[in-house]
Amino acid sequence: MLAFLSKRMALLAFTMLVVSALVFAAFEFTPGQVARKVLGPFATQDQVDRLTEELGLNRPVVVRYGEWLGNTLTGDLGYSTLYKTDVNKIIGDRLQNTLLLAGIAFAIIVPLSIILGISAGMKEGSFLDRSISVASIVTTSVPEFASGVFLASIFVIWLGWLPGTSPLDTGTGWSIWQQLVLPVCVMVLYDLGYVVRMVRASMVEVMTRPYIRTAILKGLNFRAVILKHALRNAMIAPFTVILLQLNYLVTGVVVVEAVFAYPGFGRMLLEAALAQDVAVVEAGALFAVLISVFTQIAGDLGYMMLNPRIRFS
Amino acid sequence: MANDGIIALTWNRVRLLKESPIGMIGAFLVIFWIVVALFAPLLAPFNPNISNMDALIDPTPSAVNWLGTDNQGRDILSRIIWGSRTVLIVAPVAVFAAYVVGCLMGLIAGYYRGWVDQVVNRIADILLSFPAIVLYIIVIMKVGAKATNIILAVIFISSPQIIRIVRGMTLELREREYVAAAKMRGESALYIMLVEILPNARGPLIVDACLRMGYTTIAIGVLGFLGLGLPPPDPDWGGMVKDTYAMMSIYPHMSLFPAGAITSLVVGFSLLADGMREISIRD
Amino acid sequence: MSSATAATMDRPQAEGAKRPILELRNVSISYFVRAGELKVVPNISLTLYEGEALGLVGESGCGKSTVAFAIMKYLGGAGRVTGGEILFEGRDMTKMSEAELRGIRGGRMAMVYQDPMSSLNPVITIGKQLMEVPLIHSNVNEAESYKRAVQMLKEVNLPDPEHIMTRYPHQLSGGQQQRVVIAMALMAEPSLLVMDEPTTGLDVTVEAAVLDLVAQLRKRHNSAIVFISHNLGTVVRICDRIGVMYAGELVEEGPIGEVFRDPRHPYTRGLLNCIPTLNADKRTRPLSAIPGQVPPILDRPKGCIFAPRCPAAVPERCSVAPIPTETYGSSGQHRVKCVRMEELPKHERPGTSAAPANANAAQRHDAVLTLDGLKKTYHQAIGMFGGAGYDVHAVDGIDVAAERAETLAIVGESGCGKSTLAKVLTGIELASSGKVTLAGKDIGNTAVENRDGDTKRAIQMVFQNPESTLNPSHTIGYVMERAISKLKRIGGKAARAQVDDLLRTVNLPLEFANRKSRQLSGGQKQRVAIARALAGEPELILADEPVSALDVSVQAAIINLLVDIQKKRGSTLLFISHDLSVVRYLADHVAVMYLGKVMEYGSVADIFAPPYHPYTEALMSAVPIADPDVKQRRIILEGNVPSPQNRPKGCPFATRCPRKVGSICDDTQPPEQVSESGHRIACHIPMTELASVTQVVF
Ligand SMILES: Nc1ncnc2c1ncn2[C@@H]1O[C@H](COP(=O)(O)OP(=O)(O)O)[C@@H](O)[C@H]1O
Ligand code: SF4
Ligand code: SF4
Ligand SMILES: [Mg+2]
Repeated sequence: MLAFLSKRMALLAFTMLVVSALVFAAFEFTPGQVARKVLGPFATQDQVDRLTEELGLNRPVVVRYGEWLGNTLTGDLGYSTLYKTDVNKIIGDRLQNTLLLAGIAFAIIVPLSIILGISAGMKEGSFLDRSISVASIVTTSVPEFASGVFLASIFVIWLGWLPGTSPLDTGTGWSIWQQLVLPVCVMVLYDLGYVVRMVRASMVEVMTRPYIRTAILKGLNFRAVILKHALRNAMIAPFTVILLQLNYLVTGVVVVEAVFAYPGFGRMLLEAALAQDVAVVEAGALFAVLISVFTQIAGDLGYMMLNPRIRFS
Repeated sequence: MANDGIIALTWNRVRLLKESPIGMIGAFLVIFWIVVALFAPLLAPFNPNISNMDALIDPTPSAVNWLGTDNQGRDILSRIIWGSRTVLIVAPVAVFAAYVVGCLMGLIAGYYRGWVDQVVNRIADILLSFPAIVLYIIVIMKVGAKATNIILAVIFISSPQIIRIVRGMTLELREREYVAAAKMRGESALYIMLVEILPNARGPLIVDACLRMGYTTIAIGVLGFLGLGLPPPDPDWGGMVKDTYAMMSIYPHMSLFPAGAITSLVVGFSLLADGMREISIRD
Repeated sequence: MSSATAATMDRPQAEGAKRPILELRNVSISYFVRAGELKVVPNISLTLYEGEALGLVGESGCGKSTVAFAIMKYLGGAGRVTGGEILFEGRDMTKMSEAELRGIRGGRMAMVYQDPMSSLNPVITIGKQLMEVPLIHSNVNEAESYKRAVQMLKEVNLPDPEHIMTRYPHQLSGGQQQRVVIAMALMAEPSLLVMDEPTTGLDVTVEAAVLDLVAQLRKRHNSAIVFISHNLGTVVRICDRIGVMYAGELVEEGPIGEVFRDPRHPYTRGLLNCIPTLNADKRTRPLSAIPGQVPPILDRPKGCIFAPRCPAAVPERCSVAPIPTETYGSSGQHRVKCVRMEELPKHERPGTSAAPANANAAQRHDAVLTLDGLKKTYHQAIGMFGGAGYDVHAVDGIDVAAERAETLAIVGESGCGKSTLAKVLTGIELASSGKVTLAGKDIGNTAVENRDGDTKRAIQMVFQNPESTLNPSHTIGYVMERAISKLKRIGGKAARAQVDDLLRTVNLPLEFANRKSRQLSGGQKQRVAIARALAGEPELILADEPVSALDVSVQAAIINLLVDIQKKRGSTLLFISHDLSVVRYLADHVAVMYLGKVMEYGSVADIFAPPYHPYTEALMSAVPIADPDVKQRRIILEGNVPSPQNRPKGCPFATRCPRKVGSICDDTQPPEQVSESGHRIACHIPMTELASVTQVVF
C-alpha cells in the first residue's frame, strides 16, 4: 500500500512538472504579447517594452520557469495580469465557487446514477432498462450550451421561475440557491447519463455471472440477490469512472459557467488563457492535474477496497 | 488481401442495424444531416452570411425565413444548413486522425509492452490530466482559429483515450493462439499488429468511433460557443448560439434552432453507436 | 465392486418399493431466440428414486445442462419448459410459483456447478455464502448457521474450516472451491442433488478426490443425485444408472452394468468405441470416431435423429416415423430408443492389452529434438509494484529427446510446466539455461523472430483452444496460403495453388477455403490448425493439448488424423497432454512432469507397467475408466500441488507422495535411476522395489 502511494505521488509530481513546463513553454513563444495585452492597444511600443522589462519577461524562458517553480514551491503562485491581484486569491475564490457547484452536482449524480444504473441493468432488455438506457443516451448527447438554452427557455423565459444568470451575488434579487439550480441541472443532465450507462453495463455483465445463478438457486429472493450478491460486484468496475467525474465537474465545466456567467474555475482558466495570463493558467493547470491525479488514486484505492481479489493478492 | 478490409466489415454491421430500432433512429438522424450537408447549396434558401436589414425589425420565423433571422438579420435556416457542413467535414477528419494516432500508439504499446508501453502510457496520462480547455486554447494560440486547430485539439484530447482502448485490446489479443502461429511462421511485428490484431478489435472501435463523432460534434459546438471556433462570419452551430444567447429573453428562437440542430446530430451519433453496440454483442 | 454400488445395497429401503424423488414426464424444453424456437429437448422422460444416482452423459450441446437446469426450473430469460411435468417429491415444479420454487431451491433440491470459481461470489467470504443457506431454509440464527457451515466444511474434508470460513473464493484452489460448492449444496440436507459436470476442469487427481467425496457423502446423506458429465468414466464411479443423451433425446438408459456390458444403442456403442482407455494403444486398436456432426437444432432429421451418423441405419425403418423408447432385456430397467436394438449383434468390446509390447523399443532412430538441462525461470513480483519477489521455476532442468517419426508425450497436471516448455521450444519465450537442440542447431536462446527460416519451418505447433487458434477475421484459405508462402518461402500465387492439397491432407472439403473460422466446428478448426502447422512440412510438430477442448467423438478423429499424418510424413510429434488415456494411445515415449521436473521417462510399455514412479502411479489410479469391469487400484492424493514459493527442497512430490520413505524425500533430491531399456525414474525408492507393486489397472 505504501509502495503504491509513494509511487503514485512520484508520478503526480512528475506529471505536474511536465504539464507546468508545457504550459510555460506554450505561452512563452510570444513574450511581448503579455505586456501588450495588459496595457491595451493604445500603449506605445516603448511602454510595452518597459513593462516587459519590469515583469522580467525578457529573460530566458528557462530562468523564468525556474523562478516560477521556486515561487510555486513556496506557495506563491504569482500575480495575475488579468485580474490584477494575487493568483492565490483569485484561484481560491474561483475554486470555492466551482467546488460548490461540483459538490452539489456530484451529490446528485452518484446516488441517482447508481439507482438508475442498477435498476436498468438488473433485467437486461426489460422496459425499464430500455427506457433508462435511451433516456441516458439522449441526455448525455445534448451539449451543455444547448441544454442551457433549452432549460433557460422553459424555466427562465416561459415560466419565469429561475434566473438566467448565476453571478452568485444576491443583488439580482434571486437567492444563491435559486441561482445554482440551472447550472446544476445542466451538469447533472450532461454527466448523469454517462455514469448511468457505465453502472448499467457493469450490472448487466454481473447479472450473467454464474454466482448470481448460484444465489438464485440457493433460494434467495430477487431483492436479496440484487442487494447482497449483485450490487457490490456491479460497483467495482464503475467506481473509478464515478470518481473521474469529479474531474469533469471541476475543470470541465467552463461551458456551464460561460452559459450562466458563473464566476468559476473553468471560466477563469478560459479568460486567463485568452489573455495570456500565464500565472493563472499555470496555477489552474496545476490544480487540474492535482484533482485528476487524486481522483485516480482515490479510484484505485476504492477499487482495491471493493475487490478482495486485489486486496488479498 | 483475403482480409476483408475494415470497410466491408463495417458495412456488414450497417446492414445488421435494421434489427435495432434505436440504431435505426440514430442512423436516420445522421444520414439526414449528411444529406443536408451534401446538398447545402441546393437546400439553403439564402446566402448564410448576408444580412437582411429588413428582417431585423421582426426576426421571428416567417413564411420567408422559416426559422427566422438572427441578430444580424441572417437567415437561420440557411446558416444551420451551411453549418452542418462545418461539423460533418471537421468531425470525421478529426476523429479519423485521432484514430490513426491512437491505434498506432495503442498497438505499439500493447504489443511491445515493457518500456515502450510505459512511455506511451505516461504521454497519454499527461495529455489526459491536462485540462481540456487549456489544451484547446494552447492549440488555438499556436495554430490560429481555423478548422485545423479543431482537428489538432481533437487529436490531443481523443487519441489518449483511443490509445487506452486499443492498448487494452491488444494486450488481450496478442495472447491469442493465432498470434503465436503468426509469429511462428515468421510474420513481422507490423503485419501482426495490423493484420492479425487490429481487425479483431474492430467491434468496440466502431462503436467508440461513432460515439466519438458525437463528442467531437459537441466539442466543435463548444469551441464555437466559447468563441474559439471558426472565424466569423462562416456559420457554425455553437457560434450561432453564442452570438444570440444574449437575446434569449426576447428572441429565444435564435438560440433554440441551432441548439436543436446540434443536439439532433449528436443524439443521432449516440443512438447509432448504441445500435452498433447491440449488434456487436450478438455476433 | 465400486463404493457407489455398495452404497445402493446398504441403503435401508422402505418395503421394497422405492419412492420416486424426481419424475420427468414427456418434458419438452425450448430456448426462444431471434431465429425462433429452438426445441433443444423435444421430449424426455425419466424417473429417479430415493437415494439413487443417475448419470447423464453425452457430447456437448446435447442438452444435458438444459435438463439439469430445467429440473431446478431455472432456464434463464430465453429458456422455457414448453410441455410435460417435472414432479419433484410428487409435486409438479412447472406449476409452482416463484415463492414455492424458492422454498425448494437450495433446500430440498440443490445444485453443484461446473466451474466452481465462477459459481462463488468473488466479494463475499466463503462463510457468509455458506451461512445463507440455513438462514433461508432452516429458520435458524446466525450462530447456529455458523456452526452448521463449519460442520459441513469438515464433512467435505477441508482442513481448518474456521479459517476457510473467512476466506474469499479466489484464495482457495479449484478442488477446495468445488468442495465448498458441494458443502453449500448439502447444507440443507437436500433429497435431490443436481450436479452439472462437477469435476470438469479439475485436475485428474483432484477430480478423483472430489468423486470419492461425492460417493461418500451420498452414502451419508442419502440424497438422490443427477450427475451430468461428458466423461463416461466419472459416471461409472458415482452412479447406479446411466442415461445417454444425443441431440436432446435420451437414447439409452439403464443400470450401469447392463448398459456398459451390453450397450444396445449404436450411439452408446460409438461413444464407447471412441474413448481412448488406459489399457489400449494405437498398435492394438484404432479409435473409431463417430462420423459427421450433431445436426443443428432447427434441422433435425425425421425419425431417428442419429440416423445420419448411424452405421446400423436402415433408412426404410429408421427415418420414417418417430422412434419409440422400449425396454430391453429381462431387468425391465434398460430402455433404448432404437428400432434395431433387438437385432444388433452383441457389442464387441474394443481390444485391450494390459502391458503393451513396445514396437519401437528395438529400433532406435536418431533424435530430432534434444533438451539438455532445460530451465525456464520467471521472476514473480510481489504486490502491484514491489521490486522484490520470488522466482518461479516453471521448467526446472529437463533432459529428454524425441526421435525421428516418433511421438513423445509430455504428461502432467496443470501448472507442471508443460505449456512453458512448449513456449520455450517455439521461441516465444527464451530458455533461462540449458539447451534445446533441433536438428543439430541450438535454438533455446533464439527468440522466434530471430530464428532462421529453416528453423521456423522445421518446428510448428498445434494449439489447444480451437476458438482462438484461427483468426476470426481471416478466411481459412488465407490462413493456409499465408502459412505456405511464409514457411516454404514462395510467392502468394504459388502458395495458393497448394492450399487444396493441404485441405485434402486433413480431410476437409475444398470449399472451406472460403469460409471463416466461425462457420467451422471445433474439430474442423483443429484440422485447419493442423494443416497450418503442416504447411512447411516440419520435422517436429508440437501439439499442446490439441484435443482436450474437443468432444470425444471428434477427439478420436483428430487423434487418428495425427497418427496418420505422422505415419505418412515421418514427422516427430511432441504431444503435450494431461490425459493419460490419450497419451497411452498415442505415444511412443512418455515424460511425466511434476513441478517443472521430469519424474519418469520411458517408452509407453515402461510407463504403463510397474515399476511406476509413485506420482505416475497415483495419476493412473485417478483416471476415471469407462468400464465397470476394469479394476483399478485407488490412491487418493492429499493436498494440492505446492505453490512455487515453497517448493520442497528434496523430491518435488514429497508433500503428497503416498510412498514417501521419510525425511530423505524432503531433504535430498532423488537420484535418477535408469533401467536397461532407458526407463528413468527419479525416486529414492529403488527401482526393483517399485517394480514389485501390482498393476494399477487390471
Ligand atoms: N440460453 C440459451 N439460448 C439458446 N440456446 C441455448 C441456450 N442454452 C443452451 N442452448 C442450446 O441448447 C443446446 C443444449 O445445450 P446444453 O444443455 O448446454 O447442452 P450440454 O450441457 O449437454 O452441453 C445447445 O444446442 C445449446 O446451444
Ligand atoms: S433407429 Fe436406426 S438409425 Fe437410429 S440408432 Fe437405431 S439403427 Fe441407428
Ligand atoms: S523420492 Fe520420496 S517423495 Fe519422491 S516420489 Fe520417491 S518416495 Fe515419493
Ligand atoms: Mg453442459
